[in-house]
Formats: sequence, C-alpha cells, structure tokens
Amino acid sequence: MASQKVIVVGGGLAGLMATLRIVEKGYKVDLFSLVPVKRSHSLCAQGGINAALDTKGEGDSTEQHFYDTIYGGDFLADQPPVKDMCDNAPGIIYLYDRMGVVFSRTPEGLLDLRLFGGVKKRRTAFAGGTTGQQLLYGLDSQVRKFEAQGLVTKYEGWEFLSAVIDDQGVCRGITAQDLASMEIHSFAADAVVLATGGAGMIYGRSTNSIICTGAAAGRVFQQGVEFANGEFVQFHPTGMLGDDKTRLMSEASRGEGGRVWTYKDGKPWYFLEEWYPAYGNLVPRDIASRAIYKVCVEMGLGIDGKNQVYLDLTHKDPEFLTNRLGGILEIYQQFTGEDPRKVPMRIFPAPHYFMGGMHVDWNHMTAIPGLFAAGECDHMYHGANRLGANSLLSASYSGYVVGPKVIEYIKGLDRSATDVSQSIFDRERQRQVEIDEAVYRMDGNEDPFILHDELGDNMMTNVGVVRYNKNLELADAKIQELMERYKNIKLSDTRPWANQTVMFVKQLWHMLELARVIALGALNRNESRGAHYKPDYPERNDEEWLKTTRARWTPDGPKFEYSDVDISLIKPVQRRYDVAGGGK
Amino acid sequence: MPEYIHLKIKRQDGPNEPSRWEEFKLPYKPNMNVVSVLMELRKNPVNAHGQKTTPVVWDCTCLEEVCGACTMIINNKVRQACSALIDQLSQPIILRPLTKFPVVRDLQVDRQIMFEHLKQVKAWVNIDGAFDLGRGPRMSEHDRKVAYQLSRCMTCGCCMEACPNVNSKSDFIGAAPLAQVRLFNMHPLGKMDKNQRLDAIMTKGGLVDCGNSQNCVMACPKNVPLTTSIADLNRQTTLYSFSRWFNRE
Repeated sequence: MASQKVIVVGGGLAGLMATLRIVEKGYKVDLFSLVPVKRSHSLCAQGGINAALDTKGEGDSTEQHFYDTIYGGDFLADQPPVKDMCDNAPGIIYLYDRMGVVFSRTPEGLLDLRLFGGVKKRRTAFAGGTTGQQLLYGLDSQVRKFEAQGLVTKYEGWEFLSAVIDDQGVCRGITAQDLASMEIHSFAADAVVLATGGAGMIYGRSTNSIICTGAAAGRVFQQGVEFANGEFVQFHPTGMLGDDKTRLMSEASRGEGGRVWTYKDGKPWYFLEEWYPAYGNLVPRDIASRAIYKVCVEMGLGIDGKNQVYLDLTHKDPEFLTNRLGGILEIYQQFTGEDPRKVPMRIFPAPHYFMGGMHVDWNHMTAIPGLFAAGECDHMYHGANRLGANSLLSASYSGYVVGPKVIEYIKGLDRSATDVSQSIFDRERQRQVEIDEAVYRMDGNEDPFILHDELGDNMMTNVGVVRYNKNLELADAKIQELMERYKNIKLSDTRPWANQTVMFVKQLWHMLELARVIALGALNRNESRGAHYKPDYPERNDEEWLKTTRARWTPDGPKFEYSDVDISLIKPVQRRYDVAGGGK
Repeated sequence: MPEYIHLKIKRQDGPNEPSRWEEFKLPYKPNMNVVSVLMELRKNPVNAHGQKTTPVVWDCTCLEEVCGACTMIINNKVRQACSALIDQLSQPIILRPLTKFPVVRDLQVDRQIMFEHLKQVKAWVNIDGAFDLGRGPRMSEHDRKVAYQLSRCMTCGCCMEACPNVNSKSDFIGAAPLAQVRLFNMHPLGKMDKNQRLDAIMTKGGLVDCGNSQNCVMACPKNVPLTTSIADLNRQTTLYSFSRWFNRE
C-alpha cells in the first residue's frame, strides 16, 4: 500500500526528523505547522546536543551517557528507551554532520565537545551558540529536497485542531485550521505523528516561543490520550527576565567556565561552588534553580535586593567567548544593552522544559492507535529532570525512531484511511466548526490575554521551583476560576480573516486543561524528585512514588493513575551532587 | 522620560483591502520592545482617539531574534520587532509591513517565496538517507567559521526588502538564497553537486540580476557576508562557464 500517507504535526526537530525517516521509505507525508517550519521553536536551543563521541580522549562512553541521564532524571524514566537513545546518539550527530550542520571543530577537524551540567566528561557537540537553529536548518534543508520531489506537502500556517477517530477508536487523520482564511478542514492519513513541542506558555513568560502553548497535546488529552508526568517542569536556572519573555542564557555559559555568585557580607559568594564542590557551577538545572531560589527568596541575598544573581564570564578571554558563545551573548547584549564580556549577567530561574507529555509506549504510540507523539510533547526520556543538551537529542532521536515505527504500524493495517467513511471526517470537522463559531460569538466582559496573564502568574507563584500543598490547592482553585471566567470572554476581533485572537482564545482553553494536570499532579506527589520539590516532603520516596503519573481527562477534571517505572538496567540510588562519588 | 509610547501603525484588514494609519498611545514602561508593546496593546485595543479597534495582527515566534518571524519596517528601517527596544527608538514609532511581500493582514506578510527560492537553488546536501553511515567529513575550524556566518541566515527578508533590484518588475531572488548556494557549495559533500546549484543561479532572476547596490549586507541583522558571497559566486560561475566551454562536446 505505497499510496498510504502519514500526517506529521509540528516542524521542529522531532517532526522534521520523523518526516525524513518516513518519506525516504517512499511514503508521502503531509506536514502541518503553525509557522514556516524553519521558524520552529527548536531553534531557540543554544548550547548543544549530547553524544558520547569521546573526541577529547576522556574515555566517555554511551553507557556513561545513559547512566548520567537516568541519574540526572532521578530514576523516573523508563530505562530501556533511554539506553537506546544514548546508544544511537553518536550516529545521529554524524547524520547531522553529513547534512552540513556546522558543528564547531577541534584543530584536527573533528567535532568539538564541551562540558554541560550534571556530567563530568565533555559530551556536548555544538554549533557556536545556536546549535538548535543549525540542527533545525539541517533538517529543514533535507525535508525541502523531498518537498521539491513532491513527497512532502507542507501546510505552513495551519493549526492542528483534533485527531479524527473512527468508530473503532483508531486515528484516521486530523482536523486543522488555516490561520489566514480561518477555514477548517479534515485530512485523512493512516497514521498521525504529533511533534508539537512543550507548553511553556502555561507559565505566561518562559524561555519558550509564543507558539509553545501545549494546545495540541491538550486537545488530544481531551480525546483520550493520557498526559504523563505533567508536574515535572524544568526551570532553567539562568533566564533573563523580560516583559514579553524570559530569554534563555544557555547552560553552555556555565560549561565554558561561567560562575554564579551574589554578594554576602559585602564579598562575592560563589554559593554553587561552596555547596556542591564536586560539580560546582555545573550541577544539574533543578539543583541550580533551587539554590538560586534559596539565595534570593529565602535568604534575601539577590543582587540589588531583587530576585537575581550574577552569572559571570568576565574572567574569560573575550575572543574565546565570542567564538564559543557568540549567539548567546549577542542576545543578552541586544536585550539589556550590557556586554557580558565586560559585566556579569543578571539571571533568575525561568520555566523552560516539560519533562512530561503525552503518554506513549516505547514505539511512541499513544493510547489511540495510529496517533503517535515525539519530541518534547512526549513523556519518555527525561524522567524527573532533563540534563542540559539532552533535549536536542531526545527530539532528534524520538523523530528518528517514530518514523520506522509508524511505517511498521501502517503496514499492519487491514484497511487504509481512504477506506474509512467520509462521515467520520465530516462529523469531526463539524464539531470543530461549532467550537469555532461559539468562540466568534463570545461577547462577555473578560479579556483572554488578561486571563492568560493571570494563569501565568498563578503557575509561577504556586507551581514553581518550590511547592507547598496549600499553594497547589490555591493554584487549582484559581485555574478553575479562570475556566469559569473563560466562558465570559469578550472577543475583541470578529473578522473572518487571519484572526489571531480567535486562535488564542481556543489555545487558552487547552492551556487551562493542562494547567490543572500540572497543579494536581504536583499536589498529589508528596515527595521531592528532580524538578519537583516540596520542602514539606524533602526526600525522594521510591517506595510510594517511583511511579509514572498518568492523567486521564474526564468532564469533572483530570483523574490520576500511577504505573511502575522500568528500572531493569540501573538500580536506583540516592542522587547527590555535593560529594565526589555522587554521579558515579 | 516620556509619558507615553506613541505608535503609528499601518493597518490593512486583508490582502485586497485598502490600508490606513492608526495611532496608539500606551503608558510608558522602561525596557520594552516593539513586540511587548504590541502584546500590551492587544489586551485593550483602543486607539489614540479613544476608539475601540481590533488588535494589531503581526507575526512573532521566538522573541530572541533567531527565528526571523517578526520582521517589519520600524521607523523606516527593516528589522526584527522583538529586538527593537523602545528606549532606543524616536517617537512616534512608525510600524509598517514589509513592502516586497504580499500583506496578509496588518503587519503580517507572506514570505513563502523565500522558501521557494531555497528549493529553486537546491539548498541542501544530497545525502543518501537519514541513517547512520559513521563519521561525516572532517572540516577545518576556519572553514567552519566561514560556513557558520552563512548558515545563520534566518530567512527573515531584510535583504530582499532593502534591495532595489527586488521589485514587482523583476524576478531577482535576492541575496539570501545566493548566500546559501555558497554555503552548500563549500561543504565537503555539498560541493559534489555545486554545478547544479550554479546552474540554478545562472538563469533569469539569478546572480546577474544583482545590481551591486550592497544594501543587503547593511540590512542583514545577522551580518551574513552577503556581498562577499555574491562576489564569490561570480567567481564560481565564471570558472564554471569556462570549464563548460572548454569541456563542451
């Protein structure tokens, strides 16, 4: 059945890699994306991508990469898929290299590596300070080749609205909306891959692009896909605050020698180096974020009395910095007007990455047959905390594996999507048209953008770096209040053409649905593990909580179940970064 | 310190609709940029005359000047809105959509043609497949640096907007895809197909349509060496023409 077709939603690393792996086997792909795929959020990743290439003579190995990833994730990730990812990492880097990605080089012309958090060996390949951009451009160029051959059809400027599910519960396509004409259409496919990224917008301001609302995941969550480990949200320790977004200052700045400090008793205090002598400034992100939070919020020692500390590179050679971190330092300079080669940068933790996501099996299929998820929107590879430079890897690798798994799945189908009754597609399309019309009719007195600000403030305050049950209860009550007020929105733009407000209103509902999953998941989990930290339950509790959180949508709010984690390869041990033996 | 942020925005409801100017005044806050002002504006879309209006439509994605989406003309200069800091702009701040691309709505334009040009010039390395074939070719760090300068092009359209030879009467593809030809012709694997790319830019709308005004390199927000690349491609196409002439059958 070579006429079979696959839909990929999302044009970041995972979506483009999946597309490549499917089309090169002769299957056609329809690729949907909110933006031209070359503008996808993967390009915001700066520092690099991990693979045990061992070009620095340090005896690195894929086994060590695997161990560091599991340990860094506080043992919450299923181990076999993570092992496969680490084993495949060098091959994926070599693939990118052949595509022409301009990785930085050693004097011998091999791929250079740098140090990142939570590891002791140089394992991070990088392309200056814009690694995500360069990887994305590599994949974008490859997909364009197939587009020129007519094997890939791009739908750029379209938003995914829902999966089309037949009466047997099998996914047979999608509905999507053209963001210019606002028309809603259904599209048939034998399998659908969602590669729709994270959901930083739930926190209002984050390091994410404004398209990272999580709406696609929220939509299929309401159609029966489980959302796993939602409470595990990574706060990047080094964000720079802004009105419109908290821009990222890459972990590479610490990897290349950046030191974090504030003043104590009138003298610089390098608190990470003091508290975590074994890893110093290169402790994993959850640890660094909590330390900065503690120094600023609990000890009141932030610079100028504000929630900020210094990230200092001024002791390094300016030319070295420009060469290794250029793109990153440019961003800081451009948006603050200060040169980080000369003055220390001011930073504070910012919401950055969702370790959790749609629950998938090891073939990346969700509970709905034919509906797959890959990339940040899946839950698979990072457990309770993600190590720096593992996200570009998991995005690439999940796309790399989901492609062949999709082909395997559609080969086993006994009937194609084109054999499914048109009424199934018409029914779902009609449902979406009605939702759309209802939004156009909204004529209350609430502003959707202000509701979104309130959601973000609520999540930052109550579901942030440090969590207390009473605050989490408040958070959920507030979200439910916002859901009530949502019904009373006043639509400020009712035009039937390129209406961004209508699309935002629709996304906002899905953000609210997922916000409850995050807040209630955090409330339930009475322990501290990775990015999820409760002072009232400061220890990790494997006996009760070495479990994957699985939220299921019901009309009365999310219901939670918990399933075992596969720990068949590495026995869980206590995770410590303050002593030499900590990370093995 | 100004009391207000004063904006003058060129608006248009759709591709075939007339355009109009609308002014806005917002209370001043420090450290804002054009995107954060437009975000503030949409929360309460009222113009400077106190009339209710629709929120301004514009594209933006990353807000870190790396995706290229929010390109527009700000005080007569083509640039990204996210990195246009209000405190560094003279007021009123005048926002206009790009003029070399069809307007979708307000400040939003359709730049699809730029991606078509990348297709036209075959801006990719023709790898055999997305599987592991072991290490890629070695490359010197020096060559890598040159390539990186070129590969940071974010297809934003500034160079096309600034170029007098890109206009409705010309097919000139502009500087951005030309620089990509140079990039892929440098790569150890990419250069195997370099003549195909040269063929693609030796036709109408290609290299010869460059009028050497050198506006592109001034407009590029990422300092891509566009004019140097065009000069290099002139050399490459000349050599290629000679070799074709000498080797003709």
